[in-house]
Amino acid sequence: MQNISGIRPGKRMGFAWGPGDILVYETQNKASGCAFIHVVRKDEDIYSPILRKLFNESHHIFVGLQTIKDDLPSKSKKPQFVSISRNYRSVIRACMEELQQAAVSANDTDMATQYGNQVSILLAIELIWNLCEVLFIDAAPAGSLLLHLLDWVRLHKSDVDEKAKGVLQSDSPAEHRDYWDVVCVLSYVLQGRLEDTRKMLMKQAMLQPAAKSMYKLMDSLLSKMPFYNPGGTQTLTEFDVKWRNWHEEVDRYLKDNSFASNQHLEVICKILLGDEDVLLEHKELLSTWYYFLITRLLYCHPTVKPTELHYYAQSSMMMFLDSGVPEPLDSILLAAFEFDIHQVIKDCSIALNNWWFVAHLTDLLDHCKLLQSHNLHFGSNLREFLLLEYASGLFTHHSLWQCAVDYFDHCPEFGRVYLELQIERVPLDTERKALKVLRICEERQMSEQVRSICKIMAMRAVRNNRLGSALSWSIRAKDAAFATLISERFLQDYCAKGTFSDLDLIDNLGSTMLLSDRLTFLGKYREFHKLYGEKCFSDAAKLLLSLMTAKIAPQSFWMTLLTDALPLLEQKEVIFSAEQTYELMYCLEDSWTFLFHSFNTNQTQFDEDVEVTKVEMLRLALARNLASAIGSQD
Amino acid sequence: MESAKYVSQKVSKARWRPVSSSFLQQPEIFATGSWDNEENKISIWSVGNYENSGLEDGFEGDPQLICENKHDGDVLGLQFLDQERIVTASSTGAVTIFRHHHNSQTISVSQQWVKAHHYPCDNAPCTAVVCSSPEIITVGEDGRIIVLRADQDCMAQVIENADSSTIHAVTYLRTTEILTVNSIGQIKLWDLRQQSNSASQILSLSGDRVPLYCIDRHPNQQHIVATGGQDGMLCMWDVRQGSMPSSLMEAHSAEMWEVHFHPTNPDHLFTCSEDGSLLHWETSSHSDMPSFLQGNRNSSVTSRSAMALAGGNQSLISAWLNGDSSKSRLETTHMLPSQTLSVNSLDVLGQCLVCGTDGEAIFINKQVPV
Repeated sequence: MQNISGIRPGKRMGFAWGPGDILVYETQNKASGCAFIHVVRKDEDIYSPILRKLFNESHHIFVGLQTIKDDLPSKSKKPQFVSISRNYRSVIRACMEELQQAAVSANDTDMATQYGNQVSILLAIELIWNLCEVLFIDAAPAGSLLLHLLDWVRLHKSDVDEKAKGVLQSDSPAEHRDYWDVVCVLSYVLQGRLEDTRKMLMKQAMLQPAAKSMYKLMDSLLSKMPFYNPGGTQTLTEFDVKWRNWHEEVDRYLKDNSFASNQHLEVICKILLGDEDVLLEHKELLSTWYYFLITRLLYCHPTVKPTELHYYAQSSMMMFLDSGVPEPLDSILLAAFEFDIHQVIKDCSIALNNWWFVAHLTDLLDHCKLLQSHNLHFGSNLREFLLLEYASGLFTHHSLWQCAVDYFDHCPEFGRVYLELQIERVPLDTERKALKVLRICEERQMSEQVRSICKIMAMRAVRNNRLGSALSWSIRAKDAAFATLISERFLQDYCAKGTFSDLDLIDNLGSTMLLSDRLTFLGKYREFHKLYGEKCFSDAAKLLLSLMTAKIAPQSFWMTLLTDALPLLEQKEVIFSAEQTYELMYCLEDSWTFLFHSFNTNQTQFDEDVEVTKVEMLRLALARNLASAIGSQD
Repeated sequence: MESAKYVSQKVSKARWRPVSSSFLQQPEIFATGSWDNEENKISIWSVGNYENSGLEDGFEGDPQLICENKHDGDVLGLQFLDQERIVTASSTGAVTIFRHHHNSQTISVSQQWVKAHHYPCDNAPCTAVVCSSPEIITVGEDGRIIVLRADQDCMAQVIENADSSTIHAVTYLRTTEILTVNSIGQIKLWDLRQQSNSASQILSLSGDRVPLYCIDRHPNQQHIVATGGQDGMLCMWDVRQGSMPSSLMEAHSAEMWEVHFHPTNPDHLFTCSEDGSLLHWETSSHSDMPSFLQGNRNSSVTSRSAMALAGGNQSLISAWLNGDSSKSRLETTHMLPSQTLSVNSLDVLGQCLVCGTDGEAIFINKQVPV
């Protein structure tokens, strides 16, 4: 529970859920009210710069995993999956190291504790992931199973080597106070590192020449302990026999008091026999029940089968934690030893505040075909549900939304729908961002979203008077209606100012002219002006006429076109032929009818008069031209 | 093979600091700008030459962050003005000069034009910046071209409404002439001496008006220009001859963001794109001389020559203008190990290549085969 800074204590709060945050405000209470809305973020992790690397790197691995082809049999894919699992874990470790360094060098104690917390969470995550890799993905059979579990424990108990270094570097290692701790119990024997044990014992042996034979005996026992070799020719049964023989030999030597005079060596001997009471005496060095479990298995039952694990795990946990209440991590690990994948995932989802871990782990396990189709009540399976949750959380991040897109792509049932809804809400501050979002939509044939985004950008451009940009957005969306709107703007500008703005655009329309009729007209109209400017009067005249007769020009514009024809009519030489003049007259009458009908009460008398005068002038000019044209024909 | 350095920010621009003296020296310092962050940054990194002999094939130690500074808005353009100063173009419309203090290894704002690019009632992003000390030229979504001088607060020259659409990139053609590309697929040539509001020359591709996003001029032969745009096609233009491109080559499957000729070895060209690939183009003009080196050549691209060049001595015509035809061979190589998110920016100097991606990673290759 936390107080929200900014809201006065004791005040009532109202709130609304968002995709990853909550909006909170103080409720109004008679006179007082607050003008602020507070955004409370649930997931701090995606905003941490170091953890962000985790999200990016794992995204890369995730995409690589999805591209592994399905047609190969799963046996040959196992090494690939194991290597991918290792990649994920190495990413977690790299992040942990960086966080560790940051925690050490942080000036602010709050930051240091925050980093420290993140490190411990990552440690736990990596521990769980590693165990899942050993048990589920690598799925080693009896014999190798124990070896892998030994590696697992050794990896997560690395302070042992540091202590050993401290001891070895002292002047007289055998007399160092940590010596027996290091040798006798903690790392070496408990971790089954017998070579290192023997080396350390030799140092002690040199100090006590009287007990030489006892040390020699211990050394030989240690050297003879059999370890299973998965690549070798020995079968599991043969190994088991050999191990039992060795076990009996050690038992004999203990029973006939060969080590009675040296307490430490006797403890080592008892550990080699897997004496649980002695192991439990060294709880401090073991520090966790799962370490205890592995050591116990190593010295009691090295040929343990995967199906037998849960029994030993439960009993180890109960023996070790006599205070009773297991922590969340403990129950997760226990569920893993029981091969209850769903329980692991469920417990992790509850314990962690971020879907990252469960989403990626479940996805990997699903690829290994380890998850039974466990249909949830709204139809999608567990993997998809978790990925969707994770990706939705990512999408709320101002920057990581691009990674989320790939996750949605690989959710076959609901991914596309989620993406369609989310992508429209990405804020488009710059053209470059809009282009990237558009590319995402176009690649997935989300035409609705393409149209909507282009329209937003085009409207913005029009508002800022960037007609060229607006046109390029309409072209991208193939939006004829908007292109028409832009052309209308240009034409309005022309009518108002008498010249075209943005000639660079209109002169170079090229084939985009065909996008909309109005645009075509604009292009052709500009062409007319160019021809007139170049004094190609007959071509200009033909073009002008065709604009009206081919109905390219909108009716409302005909009057302007006819007015443009005036200078051509007034020329000394006859430009319009008789035929053309007849057509012009027809157009004029048509236009006048249209104009007359469009007169409404808003037109002032003055405007009406102006129009009438224009028409009169045109009629006169046309008549004169007709006369000249007929006259010149003869 | 490069390895990625994850930097927790989407990298929009990456540039090597120019090496001062001999050309034998490899660049060691580069700057990056971020985008789409709540707080964007400009950062300076160092890739020292470590003595580790065990590293093969271009893989070097991680780049180390030297210093960084907050940047208001996305970094849409970044150039080194000189050894100490960097100019950036921001999505808020501001143009900023940052100074890197070598002694204290810090970076600070040295000069800023806050609303260089703007609309009547809004900010307009400044999309690109190019400089030739002390002159700085910027272009933006507002269609303006602005000429600035470092150390002078007023704007030396402003071409209002130079373009009715967004100008995406700018480059120098000659000391007083620049080329800009825009959203309607046009290259415009501007002569700054003339102080006019319209371009001296307009070149464009007939047919679809595909927006162009990047442009670069051949270092030695100043009439040759390469552009890339929305359709991922690499176009080669000869600005002296006509208004059409000389050759078109299919390069990428999505927008091409940057194109760079290698500054000292212009037979090599580099392009990067939204589709997550970075291509290295190599041309050789004599078909009887195989000049290929080792390397993972996996694709030669198809291309079309838009038109045959009329007249002129064939051997003098650059191999670039011929594109991939019988007269010259063109080879392309993918430079990144695997598919990534969009590669936004690249820079190449000497044998060193740096690029930044939307996957928040920087790739460096110090043994580019040029």
